[in-house]
Amino acid sequence: MEWIGVLIVNKKDSRVLLEIKNLYKKYGETTVLDNINLSISKGEVIVILGPSGCGKSTLLRCLNGLEKIQGGDIIFRDKSLVNGDVNWQEVRQQIGMVFQNYELFPHMTVIENIILGPVKVQKRDKKEVMEQARQLLDRVGLLDRENSYPRQLSGGQKQRVAIVRALCMNPEIMLFDEVTAALDPEMVREVLDVMLGLAKQGMTMIVVTHELSFARAVADRIVFIDKGRICEITEPREFFTKPKTERARHFLNRFQY
Amino acid sequence: MQSLGISILFTGVNMQRLFEGLMVTVRIAFISISIGSLLGIVLGVIWTSKSKWLRSVCRLYLEMFRIIPILVWLFVMYFGVTTALNIDLSGETVSIIVFSLWGAAEMGDIVRGALESLPRHQVDSGKAIGLNPWDLYQYILIPQAVKRMLPGAINLATRMVKTTSLVVLIGVIDVTKVGQQIIERFRVEIPTASFWVYGFVFILYFIICYPLSKISRILENRWNG
Repeated sequence: MEWIGVLIVNKKDSRVLLEIKNLYKKYGETTVLDNINLSISKGEVIVILGPSGCGKSTLLRCLNGLEKIQGGDIIFRDKSLVNGDVNWQEVRQQIGMVFQNYELFPHMTVIENIILGPVKVQKRDKKEVMEQARQLLDRVGLLDRENSYPRQLSGGQKQRVAIVRALCMNPEIMLFDEVTAALDPEMVREVLDVMLGLAKQGMTMIVVTHELSFARAVADRIVFIDKGRICEITEPREFFTKPKTERARHFLNRFQY
Repeated sequence: MQSLGISILFTGVNMQRLFEGLMVTVRIAFISISIGSLLGIVLGVIWTSKSKWLRSVCRLYLEMFRIIPILVWLFVMYFGVTTALNIDLSGETVSIIVFSLWGAAEMGDIVRGALESLPRHQVDSGKAIGLNPWDLYQYILIPQAVKRMLPGAINLATRMVKTTSLVVLIGVIDVTKVGQQIIERFRVEIPTASFWVYGFVFILYFIICYPLSKISRILENRWNG
């Protein structure tokens, strides 16, 4: 089924959408990310892997300004997000983000959660937004829950709504921060299926996850980060069969039982 | 035959006067609660700021009302500040000022507590859909905080209604003062006057405060339902 209402782009488009140059980030005196260089083309799906606490989530948060960086540059659509005046409210409309704990707004229904951004921030016509929201909800199989409150949904359902909420802003790129980490195992699949469908449709995505087989299926490139540095950037098939670095090998071994 | 004590309530304009007094009480309380709540929300939002300095100022402001009795505040404002600044304010105006400032301080603390109890991620996910700080408070944080602060806010409102009885001491004729005047006037004819009049005042306060806690319970049930 088609993703109605989601920007469909040509996979072959090699235009660079987001470029990270020499990014440096510290908390107090602790260096969290160092010398991060990465460029993401339109339609590309990047999966970031790495041990817990290696800085993967922090990197995502830097990309939409939830964390400040102390050095380097982030270029989004040929404009720096670090130097000069940055209107983050504007940028965030184009960089969608989904979090580990869904973080739907508990006092609003599903549909209210979804249309808040498009109507209040983007000032779009409510009727048109509602229509898009319903199409997206239908696509993730939750059209019948549009008037439910988040507390009436399961974890997997909440996460699918959170994805729709981000999509309804018509973002250029989507950031997924360990979106299945808090879910019960039987609900992981339904969320990953949604993401896979989105990737196939040509959405540009940066995904932080611990689901290795999903990473392998969805990624155009795997970025392996350890101790705040990129150790390697590899095609998935190569990464999972013969990783270049010892650290990546060590990391993969720990997942084999 | 000695007249029944309860008849004092219906003698002359007594009942009318008691209700006029009640209106003074209600007016001071209602205006102060409204102004106090609005200022309190602003104060509470400022209070959650990252600046240590701003937070200390808010804390100090609240402590000034916690440590110094409201009666002393009324005296300082009514006798002290008015003469020092050479302005003429009625007792009722001074009461409204003091009670509003007090309400703002306590309400600010309640709002701060409610805002701080919200999950940190609500801010992130609000920002992630492009909300500016103003929208974030308006659509995400304040509506959620209101639910959490409701019990405390209603408690504060009833406390403010009750504490308005202090305004007699700066010459405002509120319901309690009217009661006292009636009792003094009829002390000889009706020895049980104080029982009936104060008993009636007691009921009047109950009638004002009870709906407040009732409303709070109804709202809580509706929001949790």
